[in-house]
Amino acid sequence: MKIAFSTPGSKLDAPLDTRFGRAAKFIIYDLDSETFEVMDNRQNLNAAQGAGIQSAETVARSGAKALVSGHCGPKAFRVLQAAGIQIFYSEGPTVAAALEAYRQGSLTEAAGADVEGHWA
Amino acid sequence: MIVAVASGKGGTGKTTVSVNMARSLGSKVRLLDCDVEEPNAHLFLRTDQHEQQEVPIRVPQVDESRCDGCGECGRFCAYHAIVSFGTKPLVFAEMCHGCGGCAKVCPKGAIGETDRRIGVIETSRSENITLIQGRLDVGVAMAPPLIRAVKARLPGAGHAILDAPPGTSCPVIATLRDADYVVLVTEPTPFGLHDLKLAVDMVRELDLPFGVVVNRYGVGDDRVHVFCREQNIPLLLEIPDDRRIAEAYSRGELMVEALPEYRSLFQSLIAKTMLLETEVQESHNQAG
Repeated sequence: MKIAFSTPGSKLDAPLDTRFGRAAKFIIYDLDSETFEVMDNRQNLNAAQGAGIQSAETVARSGAKALVSGHCGPKAFRVLQAAGIQIFYSEGPTVAAALEAYRQGSLTEAAGADVEGHWA
Repeated sequence: MIVAVASGKGGTGKTTVSVNMARSLGSKVRLLDCDVEEPNAHLFLRTDQHEQQEVPIRVPQVDESRCDGCGECGRFCAYHAIVSFGTKPLVFAEMCHGCGGCAKVCPKGAIGETDRRIGVIETSRSENITLIQGRLDVGVAMAPPLIRAVKARLPGAGHAILDAPPGTSCPVIATLRDADYVVLVTEPTPFGLHDLKLAVDMVRELDLPFGVVVNRYGVGDDRVHVFCREQNIPLLLEIPDDRRIAEAYSRGELMVEALPEYRSLFQSLIAKTMLLETEVQESHNQAG
Protein backbone atom coordinates (compact mmCIF):
# COMPACT_ATOMS: atom_id res chain seq x y z
CA MET A 1 0.00 0.00 0.00
CA LYS A 2 1.17 3.53 -0.81
CA ILE A 3 0.88 6.59 1.43
CA ALA A 4 1.23 10.22 0.30
CA PHE A 5 2.91 12.88 2.44
CA SER A 6 2.87 16.62 1.71
CA THR A 7 6.35 18.12 1.87
CA PRO A 8 8.60 20.86 0.52
CA GLY A 9 11.49 18.37 0.25
CA SER A 10 12.49 15.19 -1.55
CA LYS A 11 13.72 13.00 1.30
CA LEU A 12 12.14 11.32 4.29
CA ASP A 13 13.88 13.66 6.71
CA ALA A 14 12.27 16.66 5.01
CA PRO A 15 9.56 18.54 6.92
CA LEU A 16 5.94 17.47 6.60
CA ASP A 17 4.17 20.41 4.91
CA THR A 18 1.13 21.25 7.00
CA ARG A 19 -0.58 22.63 3.89
CA PHE A 20 -2.03 20.08 1.52
CA GLY A 21 -3.23 21.90 -1.61
CA ARG A 22 -0.22 24.17 -1.91
CA ALA A 23 2.49 21.76 -0.83
CA ALA A 24 5.42 21.85 -3.27
CA LYS A 25 5.73 18.06 -3.48
CA PHE A 26 4.28 14.77 -2.39
CA ILE A 27 6.37 11.85 -1.23
CA ILE A 28 4.57 8.65 -2.19
CA TYR A 29 5.86 5.97 0.15
CA ASP A 30 5.32 2.28 -0.66
CA LEU A 31 4.94 0.33 2.59
CA ASP A 32 5.51 -3.02 0.85
CA SER A 33 8.78 -2.24 -0.92
CA GLU A 34 9.86 0.46 1.61
CA THR A 35 10.73 2.78 -1.28
CA PHE A 36 9.31 6.13 -2.28
CA GLU A 37 8.91 8.42 -5.22
CA VAL A 38 8.54 12.22 -5.29
CA MET A 39 5.73 13.92 -7.17
CA ASP A 40 6.02 17.58 -8.08
CA ASN A 41 3.05 19.76 -7.10
CA ARG A 42 4.54 23.18 -7.79
CA GLN A 43 1.94 23.94 -10.45
CA ASN A 44 -0.47 24.54 -7.59
CA LEU A 45 1.68 26.92 -5.57
CA ASN A 46 0.41 29.93 -7.47
CA ALA A 47 -2.95 28.62 -8.61
CA ALA A 48 -5.64 31.23 -8.04
CA GLN A 49 -8.08 28.55 -7.09
CA GLY A 50 -8.62 24.81 -7.30
CA ALA A 51 -5.24 23.94 -5.74
CA GLY A 52 -6.76 21.50 -3.27
CA ILE A 53 -8.82 19.77 -5.95
CA GLN A 54 -5.87 19.38 -8.29
CA SER A 55 -3.55 18.21 -5.50
CA ALA A 56 -6.13 15.60 -4.53
CA GLU A 57 -6.27 14.44 -8.16
CA THR A 58 -2.47 14.15 -8.19
CA VAL A 59 -2.50 12.04 -5.04
CA ALA A 60 -5.32 9.88 -6.42
CA ARG A 61 -3.40 9.25 -9.65
CA SER A 62 -0.28 8.26 -7.70
CA GLY A 63 -2.10 5.17 -6.49
CA ALA A 64 -1.82 6.20 -2.83
CA LYS A 65 -4.56 4.88 -0.58
CA ALA A 66 -3.76 7.17 2.34
CA LEU A 67 -2.64 10.78 2.75
CA VAL A 68 -0.82 12.30 5.71
CA SER A 69 -0.81 16.12 5.82
CA GLY A 70 -1.31 18.93 8.28
CA HIS A 71 -4.70 20.14 7.14
CA CYS A 72 -7.22 19.56 4.39
CA GLY A 73 -9.96 21.81 3.01
CA PRO A 74 -13.48 20.83 2.05
CA LYS A 75 -13.05 20.44 -1.72
CA ALA A 76 -9.86 18.39 -1.46
CA PHE A 77 -11.51 16.27 1.20
CA ARG A 78 -14.42 15.51 -1.13
CA VAL A 79 -12.11 14.47 -3.98
CA LEU A 80 -9.89 12.32 -1.73
CA GLN A 81 -12.94 10.66 -0.21
CA ALA A 82 -14.38 9.92 -3.67
CA ALA A 83 -11.05 8.37 -4.63
CA GLY A 84 -11.17 6.13 -1.55
CA ILE A 85 -8.12 7.73 0.07
CA GLN A 86 -7.90 7.77 3.86
CA ILE A 87 -6.83 11.12 5.31
CA PHE A 88 -4.70 11.50 8.42
CA TYR A 89 -3.64 14.76 10.07
CA SER A 90 -0.18 14.95 11.58
CA GLU A 91 2.07 17.71 12.87
CA GLY A 92 5.17 15.90 11.64
CA PRO A 93 7.58 17.43 12.13
CA THR A 94 9.20 15.35 9.38
CA VAL A 95 7.88 12.94 6.78
CA ALA A 96 9.79 10.16 8.56
CA ALA A 97 8.21 11.01 11.92
CA ALA A 98 4.75 11.08 10.36
CA LEU A 99 5.42 7.77 8.65
CA GLU A 100 6.52 6.25 11.96
CA ALA A 101 3.37 7.58 13.66
CA TYR A 102 1.28 6.06 10.88
CA ARG A 103 3.01 2.68 11.27
CA GLN A 104 2.41 2.69 15.02
CA GLY A 105 -1.25 3.45 14.41
CA SER A 106 -1.13 6.66 16.45
CA LEU A 107 -2.71 8.80 13.72
CA THR A 108 -6.51 8.85 13.67
CA GLU A 109 -8.37 9.02 10.42
CA ALA A 110 -9.91 12.42 9.66
CA ALA A 111 -13.69 12.52 9.64
CA GLY A 112 -13.86 15.75 7.66
CA ALA A 113 -12.08 18.85 6.43
CA ASP A 114 -10.44 20.72 9.29
CA VAL A 115 -10.00 24.09 7.60
CA GLU A 116 -12.26 26.36 5.57
CA GLY A 117 -11.92 26.66 1.83
CA HIS A 118 -10.21 29.76 0.56
CA TRP A 119 -12.91 30.34 -2.00
CA ALA A 120 -16.67 30.57 -1.64
CA MET B 1 -20.95 55.42 -28.58
CA ILE B 2 -19.88 53.22 -25.67
CA VAL B 3 -17.46 54.83 -23.22
CA ALA B 4 -15.93 52.71 -20.47
CA VAL B 5 -14.55 54.37 -17.35
CA ALA B 6 -11.70 52.36 -15.83
CA SER B 7 -8.63 52.76 -13.66
CA GLY B 8 -5.77 50.73 -12.37
CA LYS B 9 -5.97 51.90 -8.79
CA GLY B 10 -9.24 51.63 -6.91
CA GLY B 11 -10.88 54.69 -5.41
CA THR B 12 -9.64 57.16 -8.01
CA GLY B 13 -13.11 58.34 -9.03
CA LYS B 14 -14.46 56.03 -11.75
CA THR B 15 -17.98 56.19 -10.40
CA THR B 16 -17.76 59.94 -9.81
CA VAL B 17 -16.75 60.45 -13.44
CA SER B 18 -19.34 57.95 -14.73
CA VAL B 19 -22.39 59.35 -12.95
CA ASN B 20 -21.48 62.98 -13.55
CA MET B 21 -20.82 62.32 -17.23
CA ALA B 22 -24.12 60.49 -17.51
CA ARG B 23 -26.12 63.33 -15.93
CA SER B 24 -24.25 66.03 -17.86
CA LEU B 25 -24.99 64.37 -21.18
CA GLY B 26 -28.58 65.55 -20.84
CA SER B 27 -29.96 63.23 -23.49
CA LYS B 28 -30.91 59.66 -22.79
CA VAL B 29 -28.02 57.47 -21.75
CA ARG B 30 -27.57 54.01 -20.33
CA LEU B 31 -25.23 53.76 -17.37
CA LEU B 32 -23.96 50.23 -16.79
CA ASP B 33 -22.43 49.58 -13.38
CA CYS B 34 -20.10 46.70 -14.23
CA ASP B 35 -18.40 46.72 -10.83
CA VAL B 36 -20.68 43.84 -9.90
CA GLU B 37 -18.79 42.96 -6.72
CA GLU B 38 -19.65 46.32 -5.23
CA PRO B 39 -21.96 48.36 -7.48
CA ASN B 40 -22.24 51.90 -6.15
CA ALA B 41 -23.44 54.18 -8.97
CA HIS B 42 -26.98 53.94 -7.54
CA LEU B 43 -25.84 55.77 -4.40
CA PHE B 44 -25.59 59.00 -6.41
CA LEU B 45 -28.85 58.72 -8.35
CA ARG B 46 -32.39 58.96 -7.08
CA THR B 47 -33.96 56.16 -9.07
CA ASP B 48 -37.41 54.74 -9.69
CA GLN B 49 -39.06 52.07 -11.88
CA HIS B 50 -36.93 49.36 -10.32
CA GLU B 51 -36.77 45.96 -12.00
CA GLN B 52 -34.71 42.94 -11.11
CA GLN B 53 -33.71 39.86 -13.10
CA GLU B 54 -31.84 36.82 -11.82
CA VAL B 55 -28.71 35.79 -13.71
CA PRO B 56 -27.65 32.15 -13.73
CA ILE B 57 -24.73 30.37 -15.32
CA ARG B 58 -25.07 26.86 -16.72
CA VAL B 59 -23.19 24.31 -14.62
CA PRO B 60 -22.81 20.58 -15.33
CA GLN B 61 -25.20 17.96 -14.04
CA VAL B 62 -24.01 14.36 -14.46
CA ASP B 63 -26.27 11.45 -15.31
CA GLU B 64 -24.23 8.79 -13.50
CA SER B 65 -26.07 5.93 -15.18
CA ARG B 66 -24.57 6.96 -18.54
CA CYS B 67 -21.07 7.82 -17.24
CA ASP B 68 -18.34 5.22 -17.71
CA GLY B 69 -15.72 7.22 -15.81
CA CYS B 70 -13.52 7.99 -18.83
CA GLY B 71 -12.41 11.29 -17.31
CA GLU B 72 -12.62 13.44 -20.48
CA CYS B 73 -14.68 16.06 -18.65
CA GLY B 74 -12.09 16.50 -15.90
CA ARG B 75 -9.22 16.69 -18.37
CA PHE B 76 -11.03 19.41 -20.30
CA CYS B 77 -11.92 21.67 -17.37
CA ALA B 78 -9.27 24.32 -16.73
CA TYR B 79 -10.83 25.26 -13.39
CA HIS B 80 -11.16 21.82 -11.77
CA ALA B 81 -14.88 22.35 -11.51
CA ILE B 82 -15.46 18.77 -12.61
CA VAL B 83 -13.12 16.02 -11.46
CA SER B 84 -12.93 12.37 -12.50
CA PHE B 85 -10.21 9.73 -12.29
CA GLY B 86 -11.91 6.54 -13.35
CA THR B 87 -14.76 7.43 -11.04
CA LYS B 88 -18.10 9.14 -11.50
CA PRO B 89 -17.30 12.86 -11.82
CA LEU B 90 -17.47 15.19 -8.86
CA VAL B 91 -18.87 18.63 -9.67
CA PHE B 92 -17.73 21.76 -7.84
CA ALA B 93 -20.36 24.15 -9.13
CA GLU B 94 -18.81 27.15 -7.35
CA MET B 95 -15.64 26.74 -9.46
CA CYS B 96 -17.52 26.47 -12.78
CA HIS B 97 -17.24 29.32 -15.29
CA GLY B 98 -20.18 27.98 -17.28
CA CYS B 99 -18.37 27.34 -20.56
CA GLY B 100 -20.24 24.10 -21.26
CA GLY B 101 -17.10 22.34 -22.49
CA CYS B 102 -17.44 19.25 -20.26
CA ALA B 103 -20.86 18.49 -21.72
CA LYS B 104 -19.49 18.84 -25.26
CA VAL B 105 -16.47 16.54 -24.76
CA CYS B 106 -18.39 13.79 -22.92
CA PRO B 107 -18.50 10.84 -25.36
CA LYS B 108 -21.47 9.28 -23.54
CA GLY B 109 -23.67 12.36 -23.47
CA ALA B 110 -23.85 11.92 -19.70
CA ILE B 111 -23.46 15.60 -18.86
CA GLY B 112 -26.36 17.99 -19.00
CA GLU B 113 -26.52 21.48 -17.60
CA THR B 114 -28.48 23.14 -14.86
CA ASP B 115 -28.82 26.76 -13.77
CA ARG B 116 -26.82 28.14 -10.88
CA ARG B 117 -27.74 31.66 -9.83
CA ILE B 118 -24.74 34.00 -9.52
CA GLY B 119 -26.42 37.37 -9.09
CA VAL B 120 -28.99 39.81 -10.39
CA ILE B 121 -29.29 42.64 -12.88
CA GLU B 122 -31.14 45.62 -11.46
CA THR B 123 -32.47 48.29 -13.77
CA SER B 124 -33.89 51.64 -12.72
CA ARG B 125 -34.36 55.13 -14.04
CA SER B 126 -33.13 58.52 -12.92
CA GLU B 127 -34.15 61.40 -15.21
CA ASN B 128 -32.12 60.96 -18.43
CA ILE B 129 -30.26 57.91 -17.09
CA THR B 130 -31.23 54.26 -17.33
CA LEU B 131 -29.10 52.55 -14.70
CA ILE B 132 -28.32 48.90 -15.35
CA GLN B 133 -26.26 47.34 -12.60
CA GLY B 134 -25.03 43.84 -11.90
CA ARG B 135 -24.98 42.65 -8.32
CA LEU B 136 -23.03 39.47 -7.68
CA ASP B 137 -24.41 37.24 -4.91
CA VAL B 138 -22.41 37.15 -1.69
CA GLY B 139 -19.95 34.24 -1.76
CA VAL B 140 -19.89 33.98 -5.55
CA ALA B 141 -16.49 34.61 -7.14
CA MET B 142 -17.48 34.68 -10.80
CA ALA B 143 -17.83 38.28 -11.94
CA PRO B 144 -17.23 38.05 -15.74
CA PRO B 145 -20.36 36.03 -16.63
CA LEU B 146 -22.51 38.55 -14.74
CA ILE B 147 -20.71 41.47 -16.39
CA ARG B 148 -21.38 39.89 -19.80
CA ALA B 149 -25.05 39.55 -18.85
CA VAL B 150 -25.16 43.26 -17.91
CA LYS B 151 -23.50 44.15 -21.23
CA ALA B 152 -25.99 42.01 -23.13
CA ARG B 153 -28.35 44.94 -22.43
CA LEU B 154 -26.16 47.20 -24.57
CA PRO B 155 -27.43 46.64 -28.08
CA GLY B 156 -29.68 49.43 -29.18
CA ALA B 157 -29.41 53.03 -30.09
CA GLY B 158 -27.81 55.77 -28.08
CA HIS B 159 -24.89 56.37 -25.81
CA ALA B 160 -23.77 54.14 -22.98
CA ILE B 161 -21.32 54.66 -20.12
CA LEU B 162 -19.71 51.63 -18.50
CA ASP B 163 -18.45 52.01 -14.93
CA ALA B 164 -15.71 49.35 -14.72
CA PRO B 165 -14.29 47.58 -11.69
CA PRO B 166 -10.78 48.66 -10.61
CA GLY B 167 -7.63 46.79 -11.58
CA THR B 168 -6.61 45.07 -14.78
CA SER B 169 -7.96 41.54 -14.28
CA CYS B 170 -10.70 39.47 -15.95
CA PRO B 171 -13.71 41.51 -14.73
CA VAL B 172 -12.13 44.67 -16.18
CA ILE B 173 -11.35 43.00 -19.50
CA ALA B 174 -14.92 41.69 -19.65
CA THR B 175 -16.14 45.28 -19.15
CA LEU B 176 -13.81 47.00 -21.64
CA ARG B 177 -14.28 44.63 -24.58
CA ASP B 178 -16.34 46.26 -27.32
CA ALA B 179 -16.06 49.74 -25.79
CA ASP B 180 -15.50 52.56 -28.31
CA TYR B 181 -13.40 54.61 -25.93
CA VAL B 182 -11.83 54.13 -22.49
CA VAL B 183 -11.48 56.89 -19.91
CA LEU B 184 -8.75 56.03 -17.39
CA VAL B 185 -9.21 57.83 -14.09
CA THR B 186 -6.17 58.30 -11.89
CA GLU B 187 -4.87 60.47 -9.08
CA PRO B 188 -1.56 62.37 -9.34
CA THR B 189 0.29 60.23 -6.79
CA PRO B 190 3.04 57.61 -7.15
CA PHE B 191 0.48 54.85 -6.45
CA GLY B 192 -1.92 56.35 -8.98
CA LEU B 193 0.83 56.54 -11.62
CA HIS B 194 2.00 52.98 -10.96
CA ASP B 195 -1.45 51.54 -11.54
CA LEU B 196 -2.18 53.93 -14.40
CA LYS B 197 0.78 52.42 -16.26
CA LEU B 198 -0.70 48.95 -15.79
CA ALA B 199 -4.06 50.19 -17.05
CA VAL B 200 -2.43 51.88 -20.08
CA ASP B 201 -0.66 48.61 -20.95
CA MET B 202 -4.03 46.86 -20.70
CA VAL B 203 -5.96 49.20 -23.01
CA ARG B 204 -3.11 49.21 -25.52
CA GLU B 205 -3.18 45.40 -25.51
CA LEU B 206 -6.93 45.60 -26.15
CA ASP B 207 -6.21 48.18 -28.88
CA LEU B 208 -8.81 50.63 -27.57
CA PRO B 209 -8.59 54.42 -27.88
CA PHE B 210 -8.20 56.04 -24.48
CA GLY B 211 -7.42 59.16 -22.52
CA VAL B 212 -6.73 60.09 -18.90
CA VAL B 213 -8.71 61.98 -16.28
CA VAL B 214 -6.69 63.23 -13.30
CA ASN B 215 -8.83 63.42 -10.17
CA ARG B 216 -7.86 65.32 -7.02
CA TYR B 217 -5.58 67.51 -9.11
CA GLY B 218 -3.37 69.45 -6.70
CA VAL B 219 -2.30 66.61 -4.43
CA GLY B 220 0.80 64.50 -5.06
CA ASP B 221 3.19 65.48 -7.83
CA ASP B 222 3.38 66.06 -11.59
CA ARG B 223 4.61 62.62 -12.63
CA VAL B 224 1.24 61.51 -14.04
CA HIS B 225 1.25 64.60 -16.27
CA VAL B 226 4.83 63.96 -17.36
CA PHE B 227 3.99 60.33 -18.14
CA CYS B 228 0.96 61.30 -20.24
CA ARG B 229 2.96 63.91 -22.11
CA GLU B 230 5.82 61.51 -22.86
CA GLN B 231 3.41 58.78 -23.98
CA ASN B 232 1.24 61.16 -26.05
CA ILE B 233 -1.79 60.19 -24.01
CA PRO B 234 -4.57 62.78 -24.16
CA LEU B 235 -5.20 64.42 -20.78
CA LEU B 236 -8.97 64.76 -20.95
CA LEU B 237 -9.79 66.47 -17.68
CA GLU B 238 -8.42 67.59 -14.34
CA ILE B 239 -10.82 67.50 -11.39
CA PRO B 240 -9.44 69.77 -8.64
CA ASP B 241 -8.77 68.53 -5.12
CA ASP B 242 -11.70 70.48 -3.70
CA ARG B 243 -13.04 69.56 -0.26
CA ARG B 244 -16.56 70.53 -1.35
CA ILE B 245 -16.48 67.76 -3.95
CA ALA B 246 -15.70 65.22 -1.22
CA GLU B 247 -18.46 66.64 0.95
CA ALA B 248 -21.02 66.36 -1.86
CA TYR B 249 -19.81 62.82 -2.56
CA SER B 250 -20.22 61.87 1.09
CA ARG B 251 -23.85 63.01 0.92
CA GLY B 252 -24.43 60.96 -2.23
CA GLU B 253 -24.87 64.06 -4.37
CA LEU B 254 -23.76 64.51 -7.96
CA MET B 255 -20.92 66.99 -8.33
CA VAL B 256 -22.58 68.65 -11.31
CA GLU B 257 -25.72 69.29 -9.25
CA ALA B 258 -24.14 70.27 -5.91
CA LEU B 259 -21.40 72.39 -7.52
CA PRO B 260 -22.69 73.79 -10.82
CA GLU B 261 -19.35 75.45 -11.55
CA TYR B 262 -17.98 71.99 -12.41
CA ARG B 263 -20.59 71.27 -15.08
CA SER B 264 -18.39 72.64 -17.80
CA LEU B 265 -15.65 70.17 -16.89
CA PHE B 266 -17.90 67.22 -17.61
CA GLN B 267 -19.38 68.83 -20.70
CA SER B 268 -15.87 69.17 -22.04
CA LEU B 269 -15.13 65.53 -21.14
CA ILE B 270 -18.28 64.45 -23.01
CA ALA B 271 -17.26 66.51 -26.00
CA LYS B 272 -13.85 64.85 -26.05
CA THR B 273 -15.07 61.29 -25.57
CA MET B 274 -18.68 60.81 -26.64
CA LEU B 275 -19.83 63.39 -29.10
CA LEU B 276 -16.97 64.09 -31.46
CA GLU B 277 -16.06 60.58 -32.50
CA THR B 278 -13.81 61.73 -35.31
CA GLU B 279 -11.82 64.02 -33.04
CA VAL B 280 -11.45 61.17 -30.53
CA GLN B 281 -10.24 58.91 -33.25
CA GLU B 282 -7.68 61.47 -34.32
CA SER B 283 -6.29 61.87 -30.82
CA HIS B 284 -6.05 58.09 -30.58
CA ASN B 285 -4.11 57.95 -33.79
CA GLN B 286 -1.72 60.56 -32.48
CA ALA B 287 -1.32 58.62 -29.25
CA GLY B 288 -0.69 55.39 -31.09
